[in-house]
Amino acid sequence: MPPAAQPAPGTGGEEMNLTRRQLLVLLPAAAAAWEFVKAGTPEDAPSYKTDEHWWGMLLDITKCIGCGSCVRACALENDVPEGYFRTWVEEYHVDDWHIETPMVTSPNGGKDGFPQGSFTGGKNFFVPKLCNHCVDSPCTQVCPVGATYHTPDGVVLIDYDYCLGCRYCIQACPYGCRFFHPQKHTAEKCTLCYHRISKGLTTACCENCPTGARQLADLKNPKDPIHAFLKTHTVQVLKPHLATGSKTFYNGLDGSVR
Amino acid sequence: MSTRFKDSAHLIRIGVVFLLGALVFVAVRAAIIPESYGQFGPYRGKALTNMTSRPVKYAGHEVCENCHPDVTDAKSKGVHAHVNCESCHGPLAKHADDPAAVQPVLPETPKLCMRCHSENIAKPSGFPQINAAEHSGGQDCKTCHQPHSPLLELGGKK
Repeated sequence: MPPAAQPAPGTGGEEMNLTRRQLLVLLPAAAAAWEFVKAGTPEDAPSYKTDEHWWGMLLDITKCIGCGSCVRACALENDVPEGYFRTWVEEYHVDDWHIETPMVTSPNGGKDGFPQGSFTGGKNFFVPKLCNHCVDSPCTQVCPVGATYHTPDGVVLIDYDYCLGCRYCIQACPYGCRFFHPQKHTAEKCTLCYHRISKGLTTACCENCPTGARQLADLKNPKDPIHAFLKTHTVQVLKPHLATGSKTFYNGLDGSVR
Repeated sequence: MSTRFKDSAHLIRIGVVFLLGALVFVAVRAAIIPESYGQFGPYRGKALTNMTSRPVKYAGHEVCENCHPDVTDAKSKGVHAHVNCESCHGPLAKHADDPAAVQPVLPETPKLCMRCHSENIAKPSGFPQINAAEHSGGQDCKTCHQPHSPLLELGGKK
């Protein structure tokens, strides 16, 4: 017999002599290793864990200067068509006690800022608006094909491949946050920059707000500054009587805001 | 199989039709339900992956700080410390990926500054606001102010 065919001690021959004990140890180890190999594919284990986050936003009206940086940033980041808005800024003018009939303007969604001195007297302030990413969102409930959905981290998104473009959700949203995309012919809305927050970045609007009036908040993260803020400030959501479970918290919100 | 089951043939026929129907249902259901349905909830999991795979356009201020510490350090000492770079300079993720290929354009200062600092009654009262005509007679803001640290008292003079 040529020497090459001889099994070398401690290699090939050893494999045949696995004891039952060794096999019992090796099999679970191999199974664990296989799980690890499988987890290496991006589909099974993206570095972002959806169940570790619960997203919302803090909007501080006392800080908003109506510069429209958020609107421009949102449009550029998300290719929002001209004349449509995923986020916009409204200027409120409340004359004396008429809080049920405020005057609201939003020229081009506030994208170019606000004209100098549009109002005089009374109470005046800016209100940035966007999708409220409601926990019990009316838009999700009415979609006939289930194309709009909640992510496990609390963001309301649209599956553009399955959206029929029936516009039911646009009517259902009590905050007017959805629009019909003129080219894609689907419903469209704020995604809370899901492509950014899942990479550890903040949203485009929050990144570009010069005064910190908008802050992305991870409500599941105990270290997020939102928790300290909520303990010491009286915040409000829009249209709380609709019980939509809105997660956009407004500091300094006036009763006239609808 | 005597008299009790003598008319069972039609039951078998119904049973076969029912089974066939059930088979067709299962086959059609399997064919039309997307593969990733139910991965995260009652929707197509792939839709979420599509969403996360979109490219980012605003790189974020941390990225700017890596290459331009001189500018960001000067900015951090002034009143514009909390104004992030891309808020004025625009989305520059492409520039961060390949600095040579995409060059940022210097913003037009009067227009840029006035977006935030034009006088408006709705702005918080503590926020510095000006009427451009009264303040400088329409001169370019850059003539006096260094945009990264604009307060003259803080050495922001150009």
